[in-house]
Amino acid sequence: MNRIKEKLAENKKLLSIYFTAGYPSLNDTAQIIQDLEKNGVDMIEIGLPFSDPLADGPTIQESSTIALKNGMTTTLLFEQLKDIRKTVNIPLIIMGYFNPMMQYGVEAFCAKCQEIGIDGLIIPDLPVAEYHEHYQETFEKYGLINVFLITPQTSEERIRFIDSVSDGFIYMVSSASTTGAKNTFGDVQQQYFERIDALALKNPQIVGFGISNNETFTQATKTAKGAIIGSAFIKHLTNNGVDTINQFVEEIR
Amino acid sequence: MSYQVNEKGYYGDFGGAYIPEMLYPNVEELRTQYLDIMNDPSFKEEFDQLLKDYVGRPSPLYFAKRLSEKHNTKVYLKREDLNHTGAHKVNNTIGQILVAKKLGKNRIIAETGAGQHGVATATVCALMGIQCVVYMGEIDIKRQAPNVARMKMLGAEVRPAKSGSKTLKDATNEAIRDWINNPVDTHYIIGSAIGPHPYPDMVTRFQSVISEEIKWQLKEKEGRENPDYVVACIGGGSNAAGTYYHFLDEPSVGIIAVEAAGKGVDSGESAATSQLGKEGIIHGCKTLLMQTADGQITEPYSISAGLDYPGVGPLHSHLYRTGRGEFYSVTDDDAMAAGLELSQLEGIIPAIETSHALAIFNDKKFKPEDVVVISLSGRGDKDLNTYIDYFRL
Repeated sequence: MNRIKEKLAENKKLLSIYFTAGYPSLNDTAQIIQDLEKNGVDMIEIGLPFSDPLADGPTIQESSTIALKNGMTTTLLFEQLKDIRKTVNIPLIIMGYFNPMMQYGVEAFCAKCQEIGIDGLIIPDLPVAEYHEHYQETFEKYGLINVFLITPQTSEERIRFIDSVSDGFIYMVSSASTTGAKNTFGDVQQQYFERIDALALKNPQIVGFGISNNETFTQATKTAKGAIIGSAFIKHLTNNGVDTINQFVEEIR
Repeated sequence: MSYQVNEKGYYGDFGGAYIPEMLYPNVEELRTQYLDIMNDPSFKEEFDQLLKDYVGRPSPLYFAKRLSEKHNTKVYLKREDLNHTGAHKVNNTIGQILVAKKLGKNRIIAETGAGQHGVATATVCALMGIQCVVYMGEIDIKRQAPNVARMKMLGAEVRPAKSGSKTLKDATNEAIRDWINNPVDTHYIIGSAIGPHPYPDMVTRFQSVISEEIKWQLKEKEGRENPDYVVACIGGGSNAAGTYYHFLDEPSVGIIAVEAAGKGVDSGESAATSQLGKEGIIHGCKTLLMQTADGQITEPYSISAGLDYPGVGPLHSHLYRTGRGEFYSVTDDDAMAAGLELSQLEGIIPAIETSHALAIFNDKKFKPEDVVVISLSGRGDKDLNTYIDYFRL
């Protein structure tokens, strides 16, 4: 069984962390993943950096630019991850934009993910219809769960379609925005979380964008299965380096 | 073979809408409504009226006698440079501001490289009294000070794009991010025949007035609607798309696209996308684009800021792949020489973008009886500093 589904079946709220591969230093990837697991993180999104990350705010943009300058490539990331399953058991998801995957070859990319033990993909600029028509078979052949986003503007009809195509969890974007940390969620977001909860979808939801601290994590997971933290973690790495990941995780929980 | 976009938003292998979910409602709203809006008689009437009274259309189709003698063929110039704001860009911004109004939007965003599209957008926003924010690369803001001043004078806010390479591609990223963050009240006026479906088709339709006029103007002058060739320069490709549009299904009309070779196609400093690009995704569409083997989008180079874009519109990728279009690339030096030649033979100083199209005579030999229509997409006022530096005037 896919590790993501096993994790989703556990009776707890899930903390998922995003980081950009190749940042702050080129070869930090494996250590960051190991430390996150050691400190009780439930799931990890490994960001494959892209030159033009349209859906990302300044923090992740900057980390992507630096990661690419450091020399990160798709091939190198796979190389860094080749033995990761000897030490890490939690679900690992690669999050990245579609063009680098296209250039690697979608099928080759999926095959490599399976070989390494990657459990799923999040590709913000691969639309659900395009996936459904052209790529779903390939992803499934290699045991990969593809995760789709919904936003406060997504219609109920479309949410139901996304739910039908999904087989893992739905990435619930907290507000109409690019990625980036917020300190608190207002009534509008809370109502949106409750509205989605009331739809009783077959896939659980994990909230992302704007989660940065214990307060936002708690607010987001009141109804949702878990939450994803990205920009706030990148900022922590920028300010404190890779040796105090435990502090960051403790403050969230 | 069809050269029209299909119902899924593709031209052959190219196009589509590769956008984050956050943009889906906006793009979908536009996709489901743009044709109905554009086909509405009241919309057409307002659009045509503004093109006539405000832009100054129809633009002349001018028989360039001395240029024709020099190159021993019959050359007509489609004078988009005489439009209000000095280029073809305004055809599209007039159209899109009217669409935005119909959609009930009260805020406009745009990207710009050299500033021409930014000025054309700021102009129509002033005309309609709508708030306007233009994203422009920090480096371009420094290079194109007069156009920045024009936009500000027209009441627009110019926001510097400070990410990545700080040029057009990054300004486009920033505009898209703005749209993600303002999903309800804002319309994004894309300036070229690029972006997610329906943008390439919508922009092409607004620019198609160029070829629509060429047809009846040529009928008056030559007794036939179809030239032997239509020639245009291509960055993203909006003036080219408009110049070709009504000739795409006329096999007797040769379609010629001229890209910027920069310092030479193989110099590492070029913007000749059809020669150097591979199929990929940029700014929401699948098309040919310049990128590394790893799929990172690279920074092009051309002396002309308007051709300095790493991709090309999906229609043009389709024309290239199917062989319907002949693609040439012209170096900075050849373009500058052609700009000088037109200035001194015809008394018309062209934009440096346009100068690339005028350099076609180096690469392509036409017959004396051929009728060749070149899109004179913009005037050279904005480029005077570059011409001055280059020719030490």
